[in-house]
Amino acid sequence: MIEWLAHPGLVLLLGAMLLPFLRARARAAAVLVLPLLALILVWRLPDGAGLSAQWLGYQLTPISLDKLSRLFATIFSIMAFAGGLFALAQPSRLELPAAYLYAGAAIGVVLAGDLISVFVFWELMAVGSTLVLWSAGTAAAWAASRRYMMIHLLGGVILFAGISGHVLGTGDTAFVRMAPDSIAHWLILIGFLVNAGAPPLSAWLPDAYPEASWSGTVFLSAFTTKTAVYVLLRGFPGTEFLIWVGLFMVFYGIVYALLENDMRRILAYSIVNQVGFMIAGIGIGTEMALNGAAAHAFTHIIYKGLLLMSAGSVLFATGKRKCSELGGLFHSMPAATICGIIGALAISSFPLTSGFVSKSMVSQAAADGHLTWVWLALAAASAGVFLHAGIKFPWFVFFQKDSGLRPADPPANMRWAMYGFSFLCLAIGVWPEALYRLLPHAVAYEPYTAAHVLTQLQLLLFSGLAFFVMLPWLKRTLTITLDTDWVYRVFLPALAMAAGRGIGGIQKGMLRGGAAIGARLSIAIRRHQRADGFLMRSRPTSVMAFWAMLVLLAYLIVNYIQ
Amino acid sequence: MQKHWLDQPRNVRLLWRAFLGVLVATVLAEFLVHLHPHFEIESLFAFHAWYGFLACALMIIVARVLAFLLKRRDSYYDRSDHD
Repeated sequence: MIEWLAHPGLVLLLGAMLLPFLRARARAAAVLVLPLLALILVWRLPDGAGLSAQWLGYQLTPISLDKLSRLFATIFSIMAFAGGLFALAQPSRLELPAAYLYAGAAIGVVLAGDLISVFVFWELMAVGSTLVLWSAGTAAAWAASRRYMMIHLLGGVILFAGISGHVLGTGDTAFVRMAPDSIAHWLILIGFLVNAGAPPLSAWLPDAYPEASWSGTVFLSAFTTKTAVYVLLRGFPGTEFLIWVGLFMVFYGIVYALLENDMRRILAYSIVNQVGFMIAGIGIGTEMALNGAAAHAFTHIIYKGLLLMSAGSVLFATGKRKCSELGGLFHSMPAATICGIIGALAISSFPLTSGFVSKSMVSQAAADGHLTWVWLALAAASAGVFLHAGIKFPWFVFFQKDSGLRPADPPANMRWAMYGFSFLCLAIGVWPEALYRLLPHAVAYEPYTAAHVLTQLQLLLFSGLAFFVMLPWLKRTLTITLDTDWVYRVFLPALAMAAGRGIGGIQKGMLRGGAAIGARLSIAIRRHQRADGFLMRSRPTSVMAFWAMLVLLAYLIVNYIQ
Repeated sequence: MQKHWLDQPRNVRLLWRAFLGVLVATVLAEFLVHLHPHFEIESLFAFHAWYGFLACALMIIVARVLAFLLKRRDSYYDRSDHD
């Protein structure tokens, strides 16, 4: 039993249960030590299957390590640490334990060697993330968490059906490479894609994540979509259909983010956009593309966490989320501004930032495979990332018009979390070899060629020009843009109401009709209750005997037939 | 309180000129750097510059069209969600 305690995910999970009982310094120490402990364990565990157990006759291997799972477990531990540091002063007593439960479950998914363990941790993740949402404590967060839970339970049921089918069909629980060649495998693929934020249900992500607290969204941005990227990398590499899913997500994210006014919803749409690059890479499926998808997941967690920390600092300091109410904050929040800009440059894949060395591998794979249209779409999307997140977020929050707000930079723990992630964004960009060594396949790629740097600068700077030239068209308004969640937030409830009214009407009609019949019947009965009425008439005994005999005869016949 | 240097229109104009200068420089640098295009279309002059600009312009236009159909006040869902 003791070796189970060496499971990095369980360390975080069980540690999360202790947090509510700790106070002040002990709590802060536990918050910072637990993810580091998990990180050390991830690196001390040997490759291959570690733990194994039998359950209902099925082989479970909750720990099975290789380079891919170690890469993801590493970044999840780092993310939990930075998120914990950022959230130290969070007044909600529920949020951090919930976030560590969530992070521990995510590590559990990426370490699991069998589909049953994957599923158990997958569902724990849904519980943890819903609790993170709840702990925001607002009516909007409560409503959003119910919709969030509904979608993830649906995804979980689909995944469970798929896993059941796979295990019944093959008799094997091992999580191995699959192809969408049977109903069971399609169900597994769909279950994975729901968590990745793929169409048609992408709307759950920008609907739910921005409703969490200023620190909660930092955690939410990291784990659910990236575990989905991980399981797709392991389960469905080279599934061509994923290229098109990924490209759709890329452009969906850009277009919706361009129309958005809420700064954290802009960043939420851009999660869908970035995960789209990864999923397109998984669809291309060459070693270069898979390395690119894995590396991009790694760098994305860092710069998206950083961007949401920067946005979280603004929300923490001002209580405002809408771009139309913000602006000019660079005057009084230099740390949040500079860190936000570093994150924005990294997400845009500027040379010398982490995005440049990871995303370009996916484009390179498309070029190597002579996928002209895919490559063109990815290039257009790269320009669009700078447009919708790289400039839009810092510009509308920290610059544009002066809102007159002069909030101070956040406390030291929040600043240091941002400094740490800013450092990583730049360090990975300058020394990509360290990240490349962690990737699942050997890397034969040099990001810093003169041609690559120049073409990328042209692409990005001219998309910057497009932003400022067309700025009047991007002016923020107090609006949202309808998405597929409209179906289950407005259309279906309205349909249910209408159906309810219809059924209510029928019921009322029946009651009224029934009452009329009943009234008429009772009048008729009362008429026959009079002295000369049918019910009160006296009858001869022989008539009664005749009827009794008839009944007995009928009884005999029925009995005989049977 | 002293005005921040970014708040002075003179400096903003200067930044704009510097930005345009960098744009021109990245295009002219094509004469100095040997590009190795993967596709035929990439070998067109300053491909990444005009492609990036046009792609962004197109995405903004698509967003505008979509907004025309799908834009609602941001209080649109407030009633239905909190019943």
